[in-house]
Amino acid sequence: MLFFALLVAVIFSFSFDPNAEEARRIVGGLAWIAFLFASTVALNQSWARELRGQVLDAFRASPAPGNSLFLGKSIGNFIFVLAIEAVLAPIFIVFYNLRSIGSEWQLVLVFALGTWALVVNGTFFAALSARTRIRELMLPLLLFPISIPALLAMVNATTIVLTGEGSPRFWINLLAVYDIVFTIVGLLLFDTVLNAE
Amino acid sequence: MKPVFILFALVTLGLLSFGLYQALVAAPTEQTMGEIQRIFYYHVPSAWVAFLCFFANFGASIWYLATKNERSDAVAVAAAEVGVVFNTIVLVTGPLWAKPVWGIWWTWDARLTSTFIMWLIYISYLLLRRFSTADEQTPKLAAALAIFGFVDVPIVYMSIRWWRTQHPSPVIGGGENSGLDPHMLHALLWNFLAFAAYGVLIVWRRYQLERGRQELNKLYRSSAQGAV
Repeated sequence: MLFFALLVAVIFSFSFDPNAEEARRIVGGLAWIAFLFASTVALNQSWARELRGQVLDAFRASPAPGNSLFLGKSIGNFIFVLAIEAVLAPIFIVFYNLRSIGSEWQLVLVFALGTWALVVNGTFFAALSARTRIRELMLPLLLFPISIPALLAMVNATTIVLTGEGSPRFWINLLAVYDIVFTIVGLLLFDTVLNAE
Repeated sequence: MKPVFILFALVTLGLLSFGLYQALVAAPTEQTMGEIQRIFYYHVPSAWVAFLCFFANFGASIWYLATKNERSDAVAVAAAEVGVVFNTIVLVTGPLWAKPVWGIWWTWDARLTSTFIMWLIYISYLLLRRFSTADEQTPKLAAALAIFGFVDVPIVYMSIRWWRTQHPSPVIGGGENSGLDPHMLHALLWNFLAFAAYGVLIVWRRYQLERGRQELNKLYRSSAQGAV
């Protein structure tokens, strides 16, 4: 999936062939599309091994609360997806000759919050879609519509920081609110999904 | 069918006919937009009914998780399906109205976009129900997703409003919010009542169907256990 995101970066670079100014405007969108697809592939695998080994049945029999499993999975996926982004970000910088005009530490914040937004919902919906007949296909169908506001916030915040036009404060706040709301909803509802059978 | 249902269906039919009369004959023609504005009496009530349906779906889903009562799950399915239908009506009548008046079919304005994303969310809800493997788990998974979806809608609206207010919107004509003629309001409210009654009628029928399906499934399961 690292390879997949790399391919997205290369293909977009060929199809748009942007100069430095244009690149700053579009790369926020491109990078997040690449990360979204890559993390979907990663998240689909997050429950596969448990289902195969009937680990979830064992977990249900244990006294540990379901949402601790959910939180652990989310944090694991979060670190994993962040690692992918850490590898891909330099590639985007090299291919698109990027130099940020706004302050870079804001980008770090946007990436951390944005990745958590994708991962926390993705982990939850992966558990849902693992229960359906079309498994891997179901995750993006559930995840993308719900993630639209988060995606809008990530892309806009990234573009604003890169071009240095205006303040990304609203978008960062929105991402933070989104993260908090959906972390809480996920924690509250995960037991229901875990014990649905 | 119960007599109450038939009576209600007749009342709905009466309301719809009266609403049609109100919208096409009684309401005055709008000055700048002309006759095309009459689509307003179908567009806006459909949007309200769709929203009511999704609200009912949200309430029924929470109620289901709290009580595990199959009836509330049947309400949730019925409301979501009918809500998607009314939402589709909104999305079809909107561009039909926008093209002659604004000069464009579509704009990524806050209300349009949120309505569209709401539609996507509830279609994914119906898909999840369709593709879930076992009947016992479907209501629980669906209820969880319904809560996610409903929580998401205000966030969508907020984010898109901010996104679009930074850009000039391509809308030429004014909105309908600049004060409504009392006759128009009258026609609008009658149509809202008619559409709400119509919505309740279909949700009710769909609910009965879903209850029948649940009963049938229960029989299947008990007979399968008896065979083993």
